Amino acid sequence: MTKFNKTSAGFSRRDALRVLGAGGAAGLFAPHLLGKPAFAQTPPAAPAGRIVVGLSQEPTVFNPLMPHIEVDDGVNFSIFDALFRISVDGVIGPNLASEVPSQDNGGISEDGLNWRIRLRDDVTWHDGTPFTAEDVKYTLELIVNPDFRAWRTTGHDLVRDITVVSPTEITWRMEEPFAPYLSFLTETFMVPKHILEAEANPNEAAFNQAPVGTGAFKWGQRLAGDRLELVANADYFGEGPYVEELIFKYIPDMTVLYAQFKSGDIDLVGNAYITPDNYKEAKDLADRVVTVEPKGSVESIYLNQELPVFKDQAVREALYLAMDRTAIIDALYYGVPTPAETFMPPQSYYYNPDLPKQEFNLDRARQILDEAGWVPGPDGIREKDGLRLSFNNSTTVGNHLREQTQQFLQQTFAEIGAEMKIENLPPAVMWGDFWGQSQFDSAMVGITYLVGGDPDVTYRFHTDAIAAKGGSGSNNAQYSNSEVDALLVEGSRTFDPEKRREIYSKVQEIIRHDLPFLPLFAYTNLYGRKAGIEGFEVNTNTRTESWHAAAWYWA
Amino acid sequence: MPAFLLKRFAQSIVLLVIVSIIGFVVLNLIPGGPLAQFALDPGMTEADKARLAEQLGLNRPLLVQYFDWAWRLLQGDWGISFRDGNPVLTVISRHLFATFLLMGSSTVIAIAIGTWIGIRGATHRYSTFDYAATVGAMVALSIPTFWFGLIGIYVFSLKLGWLPAGNMYSIGDGSVLDYLHHLIMPSVVLALVHIAVWSRYMRTATLDAISQEFVKTARAKGVTERRVLMKHVVGNALLPMITLAGVQLPSILTGALVTETVFTWPGMGRLFLDSLGYSDYPVVMGLLMFSAILTIAGNLVADIVVALVDPRIRLA
Repeated sequence: MTKFNKTSAGFSRRDALRVLGAGGAAGLFAPHLLGKPAFAQTPPAAPAGRIVVGLSQEPTVFNPLMPHIEVDDGVNFSIFDALFRISVDGVIGPNLASEVPSQDNGGISEDGLNWRIRLRDDVTWHDGTPFTAEDVKYTLELIVNPDFRAWRTTGHDLVRDITVVSPTEITWRMEEPFAPYLSFLTETFMVPKHILEAEANPNEAAFNQAPVGTGAFKWGQRLAGDRLELVANADYFGEGPYVEELIFKYIPDMTVLYAQFKSGDIDLVGNAYITPDNYKEAKDLADRVVTVEPKGSVESIYLNQELPVFKDQAVREALYLAMDRTAIIDALYYGVPTPAETFMPPQSYYYNPDLPKQEFNLDRARQILDEAGWVPGPDGIREKDGLRLSFNNSTTVGNHLREQTQQFLQQTFAEIGAEMKIENLPPAVMWGDFWGQSQFDSAMVGITYLVGGDPDVTYRFHTDAIAAKGGSGSNNAQYSNSEVDALLVEGSRTFDPEKRREIYSKVQEIIRHDLPFLPLFAYTNLYGRKAGIEGFEVNTNTRTESWHAAAWYWA
Repeated sequence: MPAFLLKRFAQSIVLLVIVSIIGFVVLNLIPGGPLAQFALDPGMTEADKARLAEQLGLNRPLLVQYFDWAWRLLQGDWGISFRDGNPVLTVISRHLFATFLLMGSSTVIAIAIGTWIGIRGATHRYSTFDYAATVGAMVALSIPTFWFGLIGIYVFSLKLGWLPAGNMYSIGDGSVLDYLHHLIMPSVVLALVHIAVWSRYMRTATLDAISQEFVKTARAKGVTERRVLMKHVVGNALLPMITLAGVQLPSILTGALVTETVFTWPGMGRLFLDSLGYSDYPVVMGLLMFSAILTIAGNLVADIVVALVDPRIRLA
């Protein structure tokens, strides 16, 4: 419906291009390979048109510091700005700040404790008030205000002595060196002091329903349950915006989300994207650009390290050998995702490409179990010292792909004498204490490990992060390795990227050996958009397709 | 009548208290709760979740939470949605109109067509029409609405391009005509099941009335067949329908879970599903109390109307 004229115009233009010899077949089969047309497209001089992003969940939280989900991120990135912005290739650049502090430029002291941020002087809030260092101070203090329902506080809780030096300069001291904080700040959106300070209760402020930011788009209106309308901010300090209206349309059913993409009701398929079963058809749709893009998360089988059977390295290795990942990816996921060996996304700078590749080898798996003393019992299930090689596997009820994956695994595990029983739970139960307090035997989960692209995974793998043992993190596998602990501490205190790469390569190597989780694959998303949309880029360091809608325009 | 109303009012209060206790307990018995959705957030720690639970008062004993909620409700405070930060009544009111529009139009369609089919089926019993209506009703009742909805979208939107693939209006177009265009498919799909229900009830009720002595008397007096049907048969057959309408009345405001999801209709049914999915306790409890009140009111209205139109019934 939207931009019907534009769409039909784009259709004929694109058709004409094909006829002109851009390679009709190539265009039909893999339009994304063409990339941008040979003649350079330039954004319009003034914002024009409207882009409708379809989302399978409804954005409802508009105070960017409060607990929110992926789809809210898309809105936050459009309305607000953080001090820094992470680029598509993982490089942190300035946004509200005028430079990225480092130990080289003196923005971060040699011991990593003292930070100095310089800010732009040309930024105004949507209501015209200038943005200053006072807003930064207010934001960072609000996050750790015990009365405020902040989303996550890691890193922010280390900040002390925030000092406003001038309207464009702010300094603080860290309680301990914490290198990932720079990445965290790419996702920490600045909120206006002059508006929120006047509110009695920041949790229930009027601001939370009609936010005022510095971003490329201003709040328009929200039609609850249906859509959110943002309008172009003509005074935006950065690039763009090039469209007059940015609309987030809520379409709760994934089948209907795709149908409305086909029918043209939405211009761009946002979170949770096109389902793999529709890929074959989608990639050949006329006048649509559909691409497979990596995502920052990894699907794996978490093994609870406190379960007696999983304490044995041989068991973990044998189970990994007994996973027919190729069959699962091809048969169930239409060959869309890619096999993984580590928690680190392949597109990360810190990815270790030299990890041993998993092979599907039942004979080798049996041999390992034989050598470790696991003997098949009367029912074919192996036993050792009275312990049966039997465990439960849990995931969320109703996720058909995961349920079928479980059945694949169940079969191949049985062939090596391991019994996997399926015990699935509704999402709210699965992700409650069952997961948080490590009450599962094994669990099938998809996890995004990195925050803002930073390789620090202390909260997932450090011994002190085991919540079930009183730790404060999310080490749900209850994984404990003193060497990894030491490396993680060193990594979070090291600011030099090259040194950090060595550290996290080693971490990946040890975790690949210890197998606290058995990686299945690295997730990919199927993005779809109308052919006329330019300036759209995927950034796996963020959780949303709309991380930089300011650059989008209709060609 | 006043005594009757007073008695019903007292009963209703007891009922509402029971409903609220059961709802509250069941909702809170489900492990996980509203913070479970953040469990897999990158950077989210168990410590953060524990802090949020404390701030939201979720770690208090269940009994304390219930009385706190009930006490506020008595003072007219329905609470604040965890999910969207607005007062529960605001959240509900924002979804009411969409549902009312959809359910209202589908109910009108269903009653009009269902009543007609029922009467015609009864007066032409065992005719081809009657058999077709019976089979049709069975099909409509046994096939899930989402299937009808998806087939409708496939045929009328994607293939023929006559109707929009869901949504309540085109973005950028808020005209009445646009509303109506979007209303056609969901209201018809939703009406299908209701037509089936209404036609079956109406057929039975009409058959009951036809065999009554007063119909024979009317015919014996020489009243025309048309007048017999309209005045004596249908008039009486509609009485049980009033009760049925009373039972169905709340659904006009509480919405259709599946149809609203398939057609991207921003109504109450979807609000309920979404709130349940997020464990948004205040909204789920609000919706529960809201529909309980409507159900009680619907039944009460039906009883009163039946007493008014049927001289044989006296309320006491």
